[in-house]
Amino acid sequence: MCCLSGTVKITTDVDSLRSEIRDKSVRVIDVRREADYKQDHITSAVNLPLATLLSDDSPERVLKLVNSMGIDDETRVVVYDDTFGALASRVAWTLEYLGHSDVSLLETTYGNWKSLGLENDSQIPNFQSKEHSMKLQSNILATSDYLESAKTRDDVILIDNRERLNFLEQHIPGAISLPYRTLASDGKILRPKEDMKRLLENRGVTENSEIITYCGSVGTLSGLAYYALKSAGLSNAKLYVRSFKEWKNLQKPTEKQEDASYWDLSAE
Amino acid sequence: MTVPNLKQTAKPVKPKTNWSRMDEADNFAKTVKLFRQGKYDEDSFRRFRLQHGAYGTRMTSDYAMVRIKLPAGEIYPHQFEKISQLSEQYSIGNAHFTTRESIQLHWVILEDVSEILRSLAEVGMTSREACGNTVRNVMCSPLAGVCPDEAFDSTPYALATAKFFLRNPMTQALPRKFKFTFTCCEKHGMARIVDVGLIPQTREIDGETQRGFKIFLGGGLGNKSFVGHQLEEFTPEDDLLYTSMAVIRLFDRLGDRTNLARNRLRYLVNEMGWEKFQNLVLKERAVVRATQSVITRLKVDTIPNEVRQPIRISDESGESTPDGYARWLKTNTVKQKQSSYHSVFITLEAGDITSNQLTAIADIIQDFSAEGKARTGFNQNVALRFVHEDDLVKIYSRLLRVGLAKSGALTMTAPIGCSGTTSCNLALTNSHRLAKEIQRKFLDLKLDEDGDLSGSSIKISGCPNACGQHSIATIGFFGGGARVGKDMYPNYQMSLGGRSDGSAMLGEICLRVPAKRVIPVILKIIELFKEHKKSDDTLQSWIHRVVNGNEDSQIKSLNDIKKVLEPLTIPPTKEDDPDFYLDYGSDTSYHTKTGKGECAA
Repeated sequence: MCCLSGTVKITTDVDSLRSEIRDKSVRVIDVRREADYKQDHITSAVNLPLATLLSDDSPERVLKLVNSMGIDDETRVVVYDDTFGALASRVAWTLEYLGHSDVSLLETTYGNWKSLGLENDSQIPNFQSKEHSMKLQSNILATSDYLESAKTRDDVILIDNRERLNFLEQHIPGAISLPYRTLASDGKILRPKEDMKRLLENRGVTENSEIITYCGSVGTLSGLAYYALKSAGLSNAKLYVRSFKEWKNLQKPTEKQEDASYWDLSAE
Repeated sequence: MTVPNLKQTAKPVKPKTNWSRMDEADNFAKTVKLFRQGKYDEDSFRRFRLQHGAYGTRMTSDYAMVRIKLPAGEIYPHQFEKISQLSEQYSIGNAHFTTRESIQLHWVILEDVSEILRSLAEVGMTSREACGNTVRNVMCSPLAGVCPDEAFDSTPYALATAKFFLRNPMTQALPRKFKFTFTCCEKHGMARIVDVGLIPQTREIDGETQRGFKIFLGGGLGNKSFVGHQLEEFTPEDDLLYTSMAVIRLFDRLGDRTNLARNRLRYLVNEMGWEKFQNLVLKERAVVRATQSVITRLKVDTIPNEVRQPIRISDESGESTPDGYARWLKTNTVKQKQSSYHSVFITLEAGDITSNQLTAIADIIQDFSAEGKARTGFNQNVALRFVHEDDLVKIYSRLLRVGLAKSGALTMTAPIGCSGTTSCNLALTNSHRLAKEIQRKFLDLKLDEDGDLSGSSIKISGCPNACGQHSIATIGFFGGGARVGKDMYPNYQMSLGGRSDGSAMLGEICLRVPAKRVIPVILKIIELFKEHKKSDDTLQSWIHRVVNGNEDSQIKSLNDIKKVLEPLTIPPTKEDDPDFYLDYGSDTSYHTKTGKGECAA
């Protein structure tokens, strides 16, 4: 866990990022679609659309992408999106998994950054590619096999970050529901630390447990939850990155809330 | 009056009352922990939970329903925004408007309830005493203050009553729940079907106009429903609080605390006989009046609400009137007593609304309502009042864009459906979905445009308890199960002729109708009515005449109606029509299944 030491901030506030950009001491990654990025982005940011990453997120490929963005082991990285932090989290987690320790999420979304009138342009920055090492952090990854055996342990908490209706309809047995919307507050992608701690503590999610998060398909919503846990000081967390989609494809057992027509209560 | 300023945005109107207390959120979180650790027994915890507005959920103890009470139905834009946010964070991405002017968040994890209470407190709202054996949400007609037929605006009295009794020690452990409804006038009704119902009235004394109320006691809907009795000719406003206190004290003292099924005030009144109860109330009131150590008064704030200049976007030249406007205008808006202003009703499917729509309403109020707030209504709906007549096309376009411009709000195409098997422990059928199915079908058939059907209503409960208020509907239904051999199917008991206005009466039982035959049966009733109606009849007046035995056509009695409808209700075999044996919204075979009730109004 050395590289996940508490010195790295989970989120970076707007002012810190601005001064880091001015000092050229940070690599900013914009994970939105290429077309959106080309229109405008935070000054000096590089583009890594989440879809590009997900098309092949094997460590070898990720290493190449990281190198091509001019990131080595020492580079400070800040990731942002315009999707309440979920896509940025998935990219940040991937970097962390590769062994990159100094990665934070921008505390707000690009839309909010822009509406505050902060620095943005359409210039595509030039930089040299670098050499990053590969030290896979398997302690932050949960595979389906791992999950299946871990689930039976009393000290493991499994968190489902999809919306409540989806959870009621179907979920991994034993999971608790913590919809991703619960994690944010007032223009920030994550609640203040004390708020987050209180919420999690009420739900029995405490530091005595190992916590595994999952969501619908690619680990974005649950990636955000992974960082929410860390922000509350719960560092023993893993992301089940292939999430419910894989679980279902593997035809592993699922559970549903029986005897209630909750869908008919929805106004959709 | 201020000069219209076209550029200025209207300043948000701030609520006058903060109903919340932040410490209740912390206390709730603590108590849930103790309960989960087994340090708090189940019964005490349930009472505590209900007192804080958290109700149980169908077949599980993991989830709660949080009922946010809105005294007099008043709700402000920032409160809509907060509820929108809460619905996404802790519920299923939408909220539910009730028949008692409250808003419910369903499928909330019990451990998250305290977070909701905390957020509600931030905007001055509460769920305190929205459930449990206490004074429930004090209702007020959504048209109070704007109704052309009202003697005066009863809203300040409703708010003062709510304020006086909320967290009041005398209401914390009543034998059972206790409900107040203030209304505007006889026509808009609901005063005779509640524990205490009040209609404003005035009288002249020595040339002075005195305010007062017609007070009705001991009404209520439920497994057994009763119409309330008028206490006296005129109750002066100074006696309003003393009368309320007297009734609550009597109920507290004499109400049945052992038999849960029969411990509402209406049973006490019924068993004792009205005259005796009436006498007791009058005597008790004299005692209350004489024994207050300090003068106890309602703090009635009658300072008129500010009517702002609504934002007027003067240049709308390019915009044409959207389709459906005339129909919506006819079936969803009411002229106010203030000239040039209308009240606009938003009808929701059985009270359900998405988080996005909640946010949209907040903006629309801000832009169009000159009073800067909204009112929840009697029919799982929302009223936006003080909308200028010149703005009606614009507000319609705005509502249309967010799916809130469904027509028929004030007609029988907007049926009430309680939550039913979507979340309630007691439900036997999916009354909620049935209400939606009827609305969709009847709007397709444009029944909302049919003037003959105006004033009629359809109300559906998922069990014999009357949360769906079926007994005051022109056509009412309550759910149950029936069987053919081994196979069960969802079934409804239908009653006809209920109403809650000045001629209030409970609907008369007509016959049992299988769930999947409810729509054809209603259509058949309409067909019968069209065939036999007199020229100035409405469906309501015709049914009223039949039910009361005053009809002279071929259809003279409920029994005659029943005979015509019976063939429609005969169950087909499962092989011929498997769908008949399924409830709406379900693809598995139907069984009745219930848990413990906590009384879900």
